[in-house]
Amino acid sequence: MSDSRITVPLYRAAHGRTGDKGNRSNISVIAWHPDLYPVLLAQVTEAAVAQHFAHRRPARVQRFELPGLAALNFVLDEVLDGGVNDALNLDAHGKALSFWLLDLPVTVPAAMAPLLAGPALADADWFFN
Amino acid sequence: MAESTSSPLLIGCAAGFSGDRVDAAGPVVDTLIARGGPAFLIFETLAERTLALAQLRRRADPQAGFEPLLDDMLRPVLARCLAHNIRIVSNFGAANPLAAARHIQAMAAGMGLPAPRIAVVAGDDLSGAQHDSLLREQLGDAMDTIRKVSANAYIGAEAIAAALDAGAQIVVAGRVADPSLTVGPAMSHFGWRTDDWDRLARATMAGHLLECGAQVCGGYFADPGYKDVPDLHAVGYPIAEIDRDGHCVIGKAAGTGGAVTLASVKEQLLYEVHDPAAYLTPDVVADISAAQLAVAGPDRVALTGVRGHARPASLKVNVCHESGWLAEGEISYAGPRAEARARLAADVLRRRLPDLVLRVDLIGVQSVMGDDAGRLLAAMPAGDARDVRLRVAATHADRAQAERLAREVTALYCCGPAGGGGVRTTLTPRLGTLSCLVPREAVPLHFEMLDALQVAA
Repeated sequence: MSDSRITVPLYRAAHGRTGDKGNRSNISVIAWHPDLYPVLLAQVTEAAVAQHFAHRRPARVQRFELPGLAALNFVLDEVLDGGVNDALNLDAHGKALSFWLLDLPVTVPAAMAPLLAGPALADADWFFN
Repeated sequence: MAESTSSPLLIGCAAGFSGDRVDAAGPVVDTLIARGGPAFLIFETLAERTLALAQLRRRADPQAGFEPLLDDMLRPVLARCLAHNIRIVSNFGAANPLAAARHIQAMAAGMGLPAPRIAVVAGDDLSGAQHDSLLREQLGDAMDTIRKVSANAYIGAEAIAAALDAGAQIVVAGRVADPSLTVGPAMSHFGWRTDDWDRLARATMAGHLLECGAQVCGGYFADPGYKDVPDLHAVGYPIAEIDRDGHCVIGKAAGTGGAVTLASVKEQLLYEVHDPAAYLTPDVVADISAAQLAVAGPDRVALTGVRGHARPASLKVNVCHESGWLAEGEISYAGPRAEARARLAADVLRRRLPDLVLRVDLIGVQSVMGDDAGRLLAAMPAGDARDVRLRVAATHADRAQAERLAREVTALYCCGPAGGGGVRTTLTPRLGTLSCLVPREAVPLHFEMLDALQVAA
């Protein structure tokens, strides 16, 4: 049992906020607990984030590590359809994009379940849909 | 200059963007007064497009072009700030800092207050024809094809610090970089040199935490069940306590809602940051890659581990220009087969407007997460949503062509699928932005006291 893992949406393990400059979006991914940071490092990779945002066709995804904050900062180039001046999106800033990323599935050691945020019951809908 | 540098400097922020709450400043000022000691109040009111919009207002009225809410923001606290020696620093001058300063002067006179010493920071505005050759060097032929609305350099803290050193009680600027509103007061108060990179970087990050107002105090943070924030309706605005080495503790106005927590401060620390080792500002390159946060009491978080490197040799310039028209239209469908009817309406619009590139959103099904090309929506199988608002948008250089979208959405009332209602259409002039870097020396900055300017005039 000690090596069993559970799959949860990233928002159970981390929180974050989106910022924008021109056609570039940055999304912070901040572990709810420092012990969850290695999970983020291993699974929330540049490749995983690029894949998750495939419909936005990022020209480049960069990940920066902030171990002192147990946080990652992602920079996604050319994902805002030109940015606040040019996009036709109602949300031209891409303010909502952190919540798109926070839906990414991650697997967490079952022993770390007590460190996860939010009501565990809420997972059921997400997991089975 | 450098008086009482052993006690921390308090800097409160009462606005994080143009259009922020105008009742924010009161509790911040009350808290600064109650705590005593040297204190400043800043208002950050400029975003990437705000200056271009301000420049358009100035074209229509030479006395306009500063922050439209300036009066509402400042009037409730001006008397108390002047009486308690809380000095005010802001970029609410936008495209017309001189007019903003005159407005404040008249406001003070109208309130029966002694005339405040108001400084106007100038030099950021590069929209005049005399600067075109400088911009053409960087932007090339694009300068000859655009219809320029505004051009502003992001300037740093030096002119603000100089104005404060000269005794200004209120400093009115235009396109000052957001964190520089905090760095200027700290430089002046502690007497830092302009190459004291570590201290400047720490104050810059204090300014970064302040510059979005309530965002560090639980605003733009709440997520029920995950990030609960007490009394969000009355969220407080932040106050930074900065020591002589630039280290800061972030707190908030007393008696307000919201919360300053490790989580809220982390989100704001990384907001609009790209490489954390190189956060570029006109004053310094700040490095937060080894930053740490610690709880320093209720609603108090201390930031440490910030380093600084030499400032960039160039300044960023944003040139805003006219960029055609944005047309948007919406209509709602609800009840059985609502989604199918909304999708049919979108198909009607595409066929009626084959030469416009339409963005289509089904609000309630899939909207803002998608891209303009509609890849996300196209990848989703049609569902059975029962309350859907169709939104379409397109842009065109020619107003009349853009207007066709609005007319076709309106025509869905009689010609579209059954039961559509609530049509709204808008037509908005668009602004485009070109960015470039110019040598720092090409942007001569200075400040003037308002009374001196008026003697000169």
